[in-house]
Amino acid sequence: MSDEYNQQNTPLEAQSSETMSGSSGTPSKDIDYVRPAEIPEQDLYHGHSFITKWVFCQDAKIIGVQYFLTAVFTGVVGLILSWLMRLQLGYPELVPFITAEHYYQFVTMHGMIMVVYFLTALFLGGFGNYLIPLMVGARDMVFPYVNMISFWMFFIAVCVLMASFFVPGGPTGAGWTLYPPQAILPGTPGANMGIILMLISLSLFVIGFTMGGLNYIITILQARTRGMTLMRMPLTIWGIFTATALAMLAFPALLVSCIMMTLDKLLETSFFMPSILQAGEVLSYEGGSPVLFQHLFWFFGHPEVYIVALPAFGIVSDLISVHARKNIFGYRMMVWAIVGIGGLSFFVWAHHMYVSGMNPWFGFFFATTTLIIAVPTALKVYNWIITLFKANIRMNTVMLFCLGFIVTFVNGGITGIFLGNVAVDIPLSDTYFVIAHFHMVMGIAPLMVIMGAVYHWFPLVTGRMLSEKLGKWHFWFTFLGAYSIYFPMHYLGFIGVPRRYFEMYDSPYVTSAVGMNEFITLAALIVGFSQLIFIYNIVTSLKIGKPAGKNPWKANSLEWLTPDVPPTHGNWGEKLPVIYRWPYDFNVPGAKEDYITQTTPPSEVINAEVEKT
Amino acid sequence: MDDTINLTFWIGGGVFILVCLFMVYCILKFSYKEGRKVEYKPEDHKLEKILTIATTVGVIALLAPGLIVYNNYINTPKNALQVEVNAWQWGWQYRLPGEDGILGTAQVAKITDDNPFGMNLDDPNGKDDILIQDDVLHLKTDRPVKILLRSLDVLHNYYVPQFRAKMDAIPGIISYYWFEPNKIGEYEVLCAEYCGVGHYAMRAKVIVENEDNYENWIKEQETFSDLIAKQENNKLKTTLVAQNND
Ligand code: HEM
Ligand SMILES: [Cu+2]
Ligand SMILES: [Cu+2]
Repeated sequence: MSDEYNQQNTPLEAQSSETMSGSSGTPSKDIDYVRPAEIPEQDLYHGHSFITKWVFCQDAKIIGVQYFLTAVFTGVVGLILSWLMRLQLGYPELVPFITAEHYYQFVTMHGMIMVVYFLTALFLGGFGNYLIPLMVGARDMVFPYVNMISFWMFFIAVCVLMASFFVPGGPTGAGWTLYPPQAILPGTPGANMGIILMLISLSLFVIGFTMGGLNYIITILQARTRGMTLMRMPLTIWGIFTATALAMLAFPALLVSCIMMTLDKLLETSFFMPSILQAGEVLSYEGGSPVLFQHLFWFFGHPEVYIVALPAFGIVSDLISVHARKNIFGYRMMVWAIVGIGGLSFFVWAHHMYVSGMNPWFGFFFATTTLIIAVPTALKVYNWIITLFKANIRMNTVMLFCLGFIVTFVNGGITGIFLGNVAVDIPLSDTYFVIAHFHMVMGIAPLMVIMGAVYHWFPLVTGRMLSEKLGKWHFWFTFLGAYSIYFPMHYLGFIGVPRRYFEMYDSPYVTSAVGMNEFITLAALIVGFSQLIFIYNIVTSLKIGKPAGKNPWKANSLEWLTPDVPPTHGNWGEKLPVIYRWPYDFNVPGAKEDYITQTTPPSEVINAEVEKT
Repeated sequence: MDDTINLTFWIGGGVFILVCLFMVYCILKFSYKEGRKVEYKPEDHKLEKILTIATTVGVIALLAPGLIVYNNYINTPKNALQVEVNAWQWGWQYRLPGEDGILGTAQVAKITDDNPFGMNLDDPNGKDDILIQDDVLHLKTDRPVKILLRSLDVLHNYYVPQFRAKMDAIPGIISYYWFEPNKIGEYEVLCAEYCGVGHYAMRAKVIVENEDNYENWIKEQETFSDLIAKQENNKLKTTLVAQNND
């Protein structure tokens, strides 16, 4: 093997050393100089039949759309489940078929679907696949075949998950955290087939996701086009990259806990199961630790929050910059913040476990690490809003969703400081305050970004614009509606209403919550239905939307600069693009236009006083 | 505890409002106009430094008092009364240490109909333990209580919203927390850790009362030796009945 490798390698080496000396010898002569490629291009697999082109497809863009649509489908299921829960909470016993068993099954499936199958798959599988090769200037992912398998594993995982609705006993009702011992004991709905299918589905998801994730990471590290240095990548890519790296490190913890729990269930091992008394009899388990599961789960679960949040951070930075016609403020700080938050997110998991009965001394450590994360997170917020300062803000739908994101995220971030600070968390944990917090920070805020991103990139994917008028209606319904749902929940949490309660009965101190619960339910229904505006907008715009043409937003980043719009297989036609700058050169003094694309060589904008970043 | 919540509320709320106002200002002042002069300043190290330091200071100001309060929360006062809470799907029972002030050891595996708390029969400390097979717990005012939590099956959490404190009960482990009730009255206990379909119905009651009423209540309760004696008695009776029948 080594012989062959050397032979292949020598000419390349010679070539690169030549260019190195060339560049160091005469650096200032040619301002358009970019290091030549070190690796020759490889041809892609070209599908010809319908099946290889559209079904078992190896084009990352189509895989991205496949991921997107599948994830949206699960999201709709999750949304419908949330309506059913809200109906029960707002109007108890109005819908006769919602029993306590069903309620808990809905809560569980809603939570798991939204976090894993909807948001994670949507951001990384959907946006990641579509945008990574385009934004870094690659023709495709580095392993297109593995990428295709990744999607189909995800698809099977979703099928298994949905199948659990139809097995005897129904889906699991263990809560999305699946805490043992209850998850696999008969006191919980779906404790047989339901939980087993859930564990299998999650395992499949992790396996499929690992294939995709390796692809994203390696593509970003290895397949960037000439001139695309790491510090010239759009923040979207930084967000997706870091999130994927987190996923690669965090999902194994989920996988092992799923496997162990499956063994506990099927073979009666005792990884997580101590001696337990059920219906007057002591079960055969002995000596396992339920808290161990919680550590494993949250070692995955907390980074998971950032797996959803970091791509959202990245995407929103790019959207803000493009639509405010101004460079993102403090790009390098933003990159380090993303990487720093990602790294720190592995040291905070036990803030979900302050009242779990773990050694209370852990509280000091985890409260401190958690509040440390608040610093880079706050810096990101400052940078977003400073970007708006002295900018030229287009108040279009995309920008509205970005602003909506900032408001929601700041709100959720501040409630996060409550919950991270262990002493404050103790009264609030497991109440509706927590529900409000995480829905703000990882439910609504990322959704705002997703919607903004759809309005932003729809023209790229389909070649047509979405209707601005409908978009604005959609935004206001969603934003105000979401606030009506979750803002009152903070209050419910302060008065102590616990989460995962099928019914409050007439607890003395929650009488003030009854009216509020009805209001929240109405708002939830309205928000849900207002998404029909969005769907209507998408469907009609596909046919009659205004043709987008090339680069309708006057953006700088590469995905808008493909020879064909929408981009075709292989993305770049004959020649790969060459990159001369970062993607944020908006309104550079001395430049004629208010934007300079990443592929514009310095010689074409000779007067522009570009700062080197 | 409420003070730290309030502090966080006002600082957090202030930051939230400031951010929103700043955004509104930007939107009004800098909305799109053809040819508007836009600032081009990719970085501003001084500003970034100031913001970093200010945020760090703010975060420390919130964290430090929080940690001090937490330190009090995990260090139980010496004079705290001990109460063991037993949780199961789906209900509660209690055990008090009796006159010697020490709870006897107990195990899930030892639980039988005759020994509902799984008490260790060889442990002398357990003999005078007061067993309360009922979900109503009485407490004295102005006396700290240390709650020791045991679970017989899955996770539960003994939570009285008005007392602020909570902690999971875990099978196989004894966890604890403490609080000091200082207002006479009846309180509802809610289970605050999901424990299966009956979770929402897993309620109980705490009655906080003055010293005298509390002592009266204690006197009426049964100790473990009482329970054993009663059972022996019953057994005797049943054997007698059986013998008579012969
Ligand atoms: C209109 C949108 C939504 C509504 C009305 C809604 C409503 C609810 C409700 C009522 C609960 C159960 C509260 C309880 O009884 O404890 C819940 C739980 C949850 N939701 Fe949502 N939700 C929505 C969107 C989302 C999104 C986008 C996410 C994604 C992060 C999400 C994640 C969760 C999670 C993780 C839980 C916890 C499940 C559990 O306790 O096991 N939700 N939601
Ligand atoms: Cu977390
Ligand atoms: Cu419970």
